[in-house]
Parts: sequence; structure tokens; C-alpha cells
Amino acid sequence: MKSQAQLAFPQFKGEALTQLPDDLFIPPEALEIYLEDFSGPMDVLLYLIQKKDIDILDLDVSEITDQYIKYIDLMDALKIELAADYLVMAATLAHIKSRMLIPQSEEEEEEQDPRSELIKRLQEYQRYKSASESISNLPRLDRDFFLASTALPKFKDSSTSFSISANELASIFYKVSTRPKFSAHHEIHFEELSTQERISLILSILNKSNVIQFFKTYKKNEGKQGVVVALLASLDLAKDGYVELIQNKDSNQLYLKLANRGVN
Amino acid sequence: MNNFENLPNLVESILFGAGRPIRLSEIKSLMGSQNIDVDLPSIKIALNSLEERYADSSIEIKEVASGFRMQIKESYGDCIFPLWNDTSSRLSKALMETISIIAYKQPVTRGDIEDIRGVTVSTQIIRSLLDREWIKVNGYRDVPGRPALYETTKTFLNDLNLKSISDLPLLPEAILAEDSLDKIKAG
Repeated sequence: MKSQAQLAFPQFKGEALTQLPDDLFIPPEALEIYLEDFSGPMDVLLYLIQKKDIDILDLDVSEITDQYIKYIDLMDALKIELAADYLVMAATLAHIKSRMLIPQSEEEEEEQDPRSELIKRLQEYQRYKSASESISNLPRLDRDFFLASTALPKFKDSSTSFSISANELASIFYKVSTRPKFSAHHEIHFEELSTQERISLILSILNKSNVIQFFKTYKKNEGKQGVVVALLASLDLAKDGYVELIQNKDSNQLYLKLANRGVN
Repeated sequence: MNNFENLPNLVESILFGAGRPIRLSEIKSLMGSQNIDVDLPSIKIALNSLEERYADSSIEIKEVASGFRMQIKESYGDCIFPLWNDTSSRLSKALMETISIIAYKQPVTRGDIEDIRGVTVSTQIIRSLLDREWIKVNGYRDVPGRPALYETTKTFLNDLNLKSISDLPLLPEAILAEDSLDKIKAG
């Protein structure tokens, strides 16, 4: 730890000035830095208590509340952003103060001192505050001690360095960009028109009329899919020998004719 | 390269080159990768001989949470300080209070910290501690909102020159609640 030289008291008319004169003007900016250093309402309260040099247990809520509110007002006037927590503490103090003022009836005597909850919290906070101060004083890396290191030697294995020409880079890019997209999405749609259904439909028509023009085996609003399904159904039926596919030489019309199975 | 006569020198080179804490087992496996077969006690003996060698120098070997490392003795720190003194080496009171509560009460939630400090723990402080790798999230408390549970890390111990969390300064004794109540009644 760095020891700081003890500052000598300033001399005024031959006498040591041990106390600040009451009329000394402290610029608000200086006070601001000081007030901003509090880490929260508990810190302010502890400071107020320690300034009085009294035991936390002898806490005079009335006095401390007045002082606390004075500090809050000051911080507010200096436009330090006041966390809601400061106001909560002010409310808590005011609440305790009000309970202390009300004379306790005999029934309530069993009740806890209204200050006890706050005192317990202050004590708990004080424990961690002092622990945090001792941790702050522990030697810390890059503040109090430093790592020793040296420049590294030249490594034998220089596989980490590599060279590449612009042409190689271009050809690699070309290869990558023309690589087929195996990972592209492939959506499987539910088959809206079933070939099997179409087969039975065609058969039922043929059973009645014996011959049907191909373009009548699908509806226009079924689009391409309808044509495909009708064709597949026709081919399937022809393959299995149920129908004959007939096309006249001079016409582009395709007919489906029920096969005469008896002859075959 | 196989027959390394001077084991202390080899260990020294690894410590210097690592620039971070390094475990004995890691040193052993580094040597093993070069077909140098050394057992852990021999490495420890080599370390001890290095420590003797450094006794009269500005460097020392220190064991911290993540292993052994080479560092400059604290008494020689003052001259180096300006080299490393950036704003990040100054830590606010609020941050130190927060890390202390995490260190002594871990695992804790932000709510636990706020209960003690009486003030909202800013996200900035938690962020800054996470960035320094002084704390980490280790699970979530099984209460509504599932708040994150924070713990200190090995880096935190390394950076404070500590081997384990029990090396931290003792937490001041809690004054028993009953005692204080009695005192209040009496006073």
C-alpha cells in the first residue's frame, strides 16, 4: 500500500487551523463530487451515523431523518440523479419516526422497537461495506502486481503462416459460389389430386359410356396438376390393360376406350 | 530435443511463454507432446529451484486459483503502474460492494444484493463484472421470474492473487439480532 504523507494543518495567524471556518464557501461542484461518491441510501445513513460518532444501536431516528432529508434535498438541488431507493429510505425513516412519536400502549409493548429492522439492515450492510473495503485493499492484478512475460521465440513450425495468390483466391471463390446448394429447402406438398382417385373416376365413366375423350378426364380449373394426374391415371389403366388409348391419324384427340377384356 | 538436461529452464520457458496461470498437469502434458516424460513431483521440484533462483530478483512464481504463474514482485509494481493504469483499474465503491456480497454469499441473485445494499444494482455493474470475468451465472433460483444466480470465478481469485475463496479477508462478525434488540430495549 502506498502511504500518503500526513498533511500538516494550515497556519492562520500563527495558529493551526484545525476546523473549517463556518463561512468557508465550498463550491457546489466540489460538494457534488463528494455526494456522488455515496453508493446508495444505506451508505448515506451510515455516513451520517459515523459522522456523529455514535453506535448504530443508539440511533436517534428523529435527528438522522432530518439530516438524511437535508442531504437528499441537497443532492436533488445539485441535480444528481436520485434513485427511487433514496426516496424509499426517506419514507422508511419518516415511518419509523412517526411510530416512535406515538406513545406505546401496554399491549404494544411486546412489539419490536420500530428501529430494529432498520438497525439490522444497517449492521448487515456495514459488514459487507467493510469487507468490500478490505477486498479493495487486496493487491490486484495490473494495479498492484503485474504478470511477467517475455517475447516469444521464433517457432520452428511455421505452418500458421500461409501465402495465397489473388488468382487462387478467385478460383476458390468461384468453386464455392458454384457449389450446388444441397442444403436448399425442399418443401413437400400434400398431394391434392390423387392418381388413384382419378383411376376409379375414369373407370366409372367408362363403365357407362365405353369411350371418353382424354380432355374430359380433367377439369380446366385443376390446371397442370389435373392434366398430369389424368395422364398418369390413363397410362396406369392402359398398362394394366383396362383401357386402350386411341388416337386417330388426322386428329390430335386422344380417346380412352374400355378394353374388351373378354377378347384379350 | 528429447533429452532436456535442464528441467528448471524448460519449466521457466513455459511459465514465461504462457503469460497466464498454468497447472502442473498442463506443463507435464506440454512436455509430453515433445516426448519429454517428466512426473509431477519433478516439475514441482523444478519450480522450487526456480523460486530459489528468483529470490534475489524482481520476479516470483505465485500459485493462484488457476495454477502457477510468473509475476513481478509487488514491491516493484510502482514503476510499472503507469504502463497499465487505465480507467478500468479504478473500481467504484458500488462495484466493490457488489462483488463482495457475491463473494461472501454466493450464489446470489440481484435481489439478494439489493436487499443488503438498499439500492438497485445497476445492469452496468453486473455487465462490468461479467466482462472482467469476475462473476458468472450459475443456474437460476427456482422462484417466480427465475432470477440468475451469480458466483465468483477463478479469474476473480487469480486477479486478487488468491488460491481459493477462503483466502478472502474474514467477513466481520454479524452482531446477533437478539443482542441488538436487548440493547435497544435497554437504551
